[in-house]
Amino acid sequence: MPSVMLKKNSEGKLVFYVPKKDLEEVAESIEFDSPERWGGEVLLSDGSKYYFEPIAPPDFPITLRAKRVDSGE
Amino acid sequence: MAALTREETEALIQEVLEIYPEQAKKDRAKHLAVNDQSLEKSNKCITSNRKSQPGVMTIRGCAYAGSKGVVWGPIKDMIHISHGPVGCGQYSRAGRRNYYVGTTGVNTFGTMNFTSDFTEKDIVFGGDKKLAKIMNEIEELFPLNKGISIQSECPIGLIGDDIEAVAKKANKEIGKPVVPVRCEGFRGVSQSLGHHIANDAIRDWVLENRDGDDSFPTTPYDVAVIGDYNIGGDAWASRTLLEEMGLRVVAQWSGDGTIAEIEKTPKVKLNLIHCYRSMNYIARHMEEKYKIPWIEYNFFGPTKIAESLRRIASHFDETIQAGAERVIAKYQAEYDAVIAKYKPRLQGKRVMLYIGGLRPRHVIGAYEDLGMEVVGTGYEFGHNDDYDRTIKEIGNATLIYDDVTGYEFEEFVKRVQPDLIGSGIKEKYIFQKMGIPFRQMHSWDYSGPYHGYDGFAIFARDMDMTLNNPCWKQVKAPWKTEPANSEAVKAVA
Repeated sequence: MPSVMLKKNSEGKLVFYVPKKDLEEVAESIEFDSPERWGGEVLLSDGSKYYFEPIAPPDFPITLRAKRVDSGE
Repeated sequence: MAALTREETEALIQEVLEIYPEQAKKDRAKHLAVNDQSLEKSNKCITSNRKSQPGVMTIRGCAYAGSKGVVWGPIKDMIHISHGPVGCGQYSRAGRRNYYVGTTGVNTFGTMNFTSDFTEKDIVFGGDKKLAKIMNEIEELFPLNKGISIQSECPIGLIGDDIEAVAKKANKEIGKPVVPVRCEGFRGVSQSLGHHIANDAIRDWVLENRDGDDSFPTTPYDVAVIGDYNIGGDAWASRTLLEEMGLRVVAQWSGDGTIAEIEKTPKVKLNLIHCYRSMNYIARHMEEKYKIPWIEYNFFGPTKIAESLRRIASHFDETIQAGAERVIAKYQAEYDAVIAKYKPRLQGKRVMLYIGGLRPRHVIGAYEDLGMEVVGTGYEFGHNDDYDRTIKEIGNATLIYDDVTGYEFEEFVKRVQPDLIGSGIKEKYIFQKMGIPFRQMHSWDYSGPYHGYDGFAIFARDMDMTLNNPCWKQVKAPWKTEPANSEAVKAVA
């Protein structure tokens, strides 16, 4: 359950940062990204997946807890 | 010598690794790589921020060095107690050339060493009482100090002293910020964790001090310069450029910086990060908590300076954008003259770098402006995200080495035969004795500043006077010179 720092970059894409892992990736897709609900599975550009409990759209930048979704490797 | 091809570089790495035992070879192989610009992410080719192998000569420092030496030390109006035995503070005292203005010992304390001087007794019975006592002494002897930080050395963590409790109590008594920093040297694999711990201490103990206090008048053009440690005056050379383009520099972190500046930083509009490795943590924190955006910039060499000034200006309105163009135009004649003078003398020279956490990629632009080529680079304590940023800066087939060992570095240099090496004091004399020109790139070899347009002129001059120094022709012993010469000598005899 890493803490993930999320922010929007200049192109409006979501940037994913895990401090302890020096992981800095752009999110490719987000399961729920509507005005009512935000979260679910997030696919990063390096192929790894994380899961966020769906919540009301947060105010970025923000730190949230995520679950690592096993890619079955 | 021509540049090595990809295959040659890979073969060189294999050859150098040959000497290690199986296990060590496997581990070190992950830290050596040949650059491939097509890669998006560095973790495909290089591993970093791992524990050094026992038995090799690493050039890294410790967490205490990262906190006391790098982040906290340059905050000039605070007193930084090296809490523990006397050596850590004494042997690192005033070594970093982070310049400041002020009267040392009266209102600034940058080059002084304050220590709790632990002895056996303190290890056995604990040092909390002593710490409380020396803080009172400090208040009495140096009443103009603006705060105290407690920089833990290894024993503090080992014996379990409660420095936080002492700090809280002292804070109430003396009414100034007292910051305990848990930067014991054994934490982490290098000084890098010390930077992180120091950032967290600023976050927890300093940054919130003026929350809800709006008495500080702000302007729309307030910025903070973060991660410029004013080595040889670097931060001053940077600050003038920012001010000339119309920005107001509220805080300098932490070269020539004060605690008041740090407390005011949450009021700025944009954080400018020079040393990403040591200060990105706090920038990210401020982005989240105070919604202050941050950008990385690079003030080495005119190409990167212009790029950075324009990028900084793009976060502000037209007056600043016009200001950036004005600054670039104003200095153009100056830096064109520098390039015209030194480029012919330095063109085509090959440089190998091995520095800390930022300069292995940041200074590349400055060398390229002078027509030089970086043929090898590496970080002492960089992380993955540093290498991500490096891949695009250097050419394909360039050698990359992470936490290079003394042996590897020497062997690489012997084979690559660069014209100049840029690294630190511990490497300097080895390579000079090998007959290779060397510049210290941590302390600017007692020169500087190297940032900004003014700094670039000094940088170019220094590289020229080192590289083209006639002494390098005298290094070889006379009996080892060309055979043609010895024939001549024989003939004379």
